[in-house]
Amino acid sequence: MTEPILSVRNLQVEFASRRGTLRAIDDVSFDIAKGEVLGVVGESGAGKSVTGLAVIGLIDPPGRIAGGEIRLAGLRIDNLPPEEMRRIRGKRIGMIFQDPLTSLNPLYRVGDQIVETIRTHLNLSESAARRRAIDLLAEVGIPAPDKRIDGYPHEFSGGMRQRVVIALAICAEPELIIADEPTTALDVSVQAQIISLIKRLGRDHGTAVMLVTHDMGVIAETSDRVAVMYAGRVAEIGPVQDVVRNPLHPYAKGLMGAIPTLAGDDKRLQQIPGSMPRLSAIPRGCSFNPRCAFAFDRCRVERPEPLPRGAQSVACHLYDDVPAESAA
Amino acid sequence: MLAFTLRRAVQAIGVMFAVGIIAFSMFRFAGDPVNQIVSIDTSAAEREIVRKSLGLDDPVPVQFIRYFADAAQFKFGVSYQFRQPVSTLLMERMPATLELAICATVFAMVFGILMGVYSALRRDTILAKLFQAVSLIGISLPTFLIGILLIYLFAVTLGWLPSFGRGEVVKLGWWSTGLLTLSGLKALIMPSITLGLFQMTLIMRLVRAEMLEVLRTDYIRFARARGLTTRAIHFGHALKNTLIPVITVAGLQFGSVIAFSIITETVFQWPGMGLLFVQAVQNVDIPIMAAYLLMVSLIFVTINLVVDILYTVVDPRLRATVGRAT
Repeated sequence: MTEPILSVRNLQVEFASRRGTLRAIDDVSFDIAKGEVLGVVGESGAGKSVTGLAVIGLIDPPGRIAGGEIRLAGLRIDNLPPEEMRRIRGKRIGMIFQDPLTSLNPLYRVGDQIVETIRTHLNLSESAARRRAIDLLAEVGIPAPDKRIDGYPHEFSGGMRQRVVIALAICAEPELIIADEPTTALDVSVQAQIISLIKRLGRDHGTAVMLVTHDMGVIAETSDRVAVMYAGRVAEIGPVQDVVRNPLHPYAKGLMGAIPTLAGDDKRLQQIPGSMPRLSAIPRGCSFNPRCAFAFDRCRVERPEPLPRGAQSVACHLYDDVPAESAA
Repeated sequence: MLAFTLRRAVQAIGVMFAVGIIAFSMFRFAGDPVNQIVSIDTSAAEREIVRKSLGLDDPVPVQFIRYFADAAQFKFGVSYQFRQPVSTLLMERMPATLELAICATVFAMVFGILMGVYSALRRDTILAKLFQAVSLIGISLPTFLIGILLIYLFAVTLGWLPSFGRGEVVKLGWWSTGLLTLSGLKALIMPSITLGLFQMTLIMRLVRAEMLEVLRTDYIRFARARGLTTRAIHFGHALKNTLIPVITVAGLQFGSVIAFSIITETVFQWPGMGLLFVQAVQNVDIPIMAAYLLMVSLIFVTINLVVDILYTVVDPRLRATVGRAT
């Protein structure tokens, strides 16, 4: 296998607070290959967005990357000087945020914002950048882009604004796009369009995508692989069909059990009892153990490390001793 | 847009009409105007002649309409103390006040915005904390005290700047300006600082607060994620959004700068409208007081109108709302 576009190893992110240091991301590792879409799911506060921000280098004080490394196509980027990291942002890593209504500066025409971004990263003249901006708007599916380019953000609907945001994220042909809940603020019908747009762009340009969301439906539809995060750690990671059909980690099982199906059996959706621990009160051992139906003594003492299991990798003591072949 | 401007203009005329009623009623409440004009030993017959010649025997509504019609043509009657038309007096004094007010506002805007931006971007530096401390002084010290302290320091102790007056002025048509001579410019420094200090601290604090607010918004975060330079983010994206409320406040403050120039003009014996007004109050010169009231309200109303229109120029979202509302 060739070198992955993004390689995160043992990433730790800490936030200094008045009551001591909180570890938001603890020992997270994953890779994204060229053209691959990695879905990252988990509850609010599981560390999904922080992981994305850490990759693009936008963790602001009091937060900081406390350990591990992040490589972009082999280049280590977690300890770059701010000015060099700025040149990578927008050019080699694009980012899409959750709320398209607030992501664009209301006082500038969308075209000016795109041209500004293009000219920051590519050595193009004003008119060439404008032509490129029109092409980009056309590519993300904005009708009459040569007219709409002179519109202000408030003249666009939410879905159209998210398309503009995507155009901004891809305007310098980045190798990696981080999409942080790109559809959460949108109507369901628009969600599907945006998802298929991200998917198509990733396929056409060979862009790797890190798709952060809490919507399993979106993940199942879009991703090649999925990482399930819980309390700042990766509980399970693997190909999306495997994780959805055959989740290994009890938390992942709980998540999949909570997805409603159209098939329409009237069973109540399963629910995971309790809620995720606060960062200041992560239990000893496996952080999921107080909510886990299968927890045993070892889970309350020793933290499970991620172990490969077929194409998947799971951090759970249930699979420590069982030989891989006999797993269900 | 045109309808919006027209509607605002009609509202402005309404406000001016109300102020006109107040200005007019000052004449009735401050005793018989004839007594102010004539001397004590004038006979009753002569008083009647004066009364008739001034139209003071007409019914009150007629007098009011006449007053308002005259005022609309900038005729405010004759000053009791100077025996000159009030409009001539005001026109003579207005350039001094406007020059002072404009210099003070420019001073306040330039330094207020610079200091505000600096203290927002470099929040933890000593200089930023110093600015904050200075701004507290600027907000809490009364204008006359600042003026007197400046005079004591720069005029009395150091002897660098004149303590009063406008210095030499040059006539440009009816406008007299102190901006073209060295002594005129020197004379302008201390009054401008005195008058503008309060606005400067206000603008600085406003810019700082707004800038910090704007820097937290999603579009600034997204601008950073797009890899824009820090300069483009701070001075292109953040500052422009910061300036919307600053324009309102600075614009509305320009009216109070003119109104508050009374104190500064008194401290520095600045020959402007404010000083004229103070003298008028001392001598119960009602035509001047009424005219000053009308002038200041006209300036306020005009500024409000201009600020409303400027708003729509800066903020494209308002253009749309305004368009829809009309």
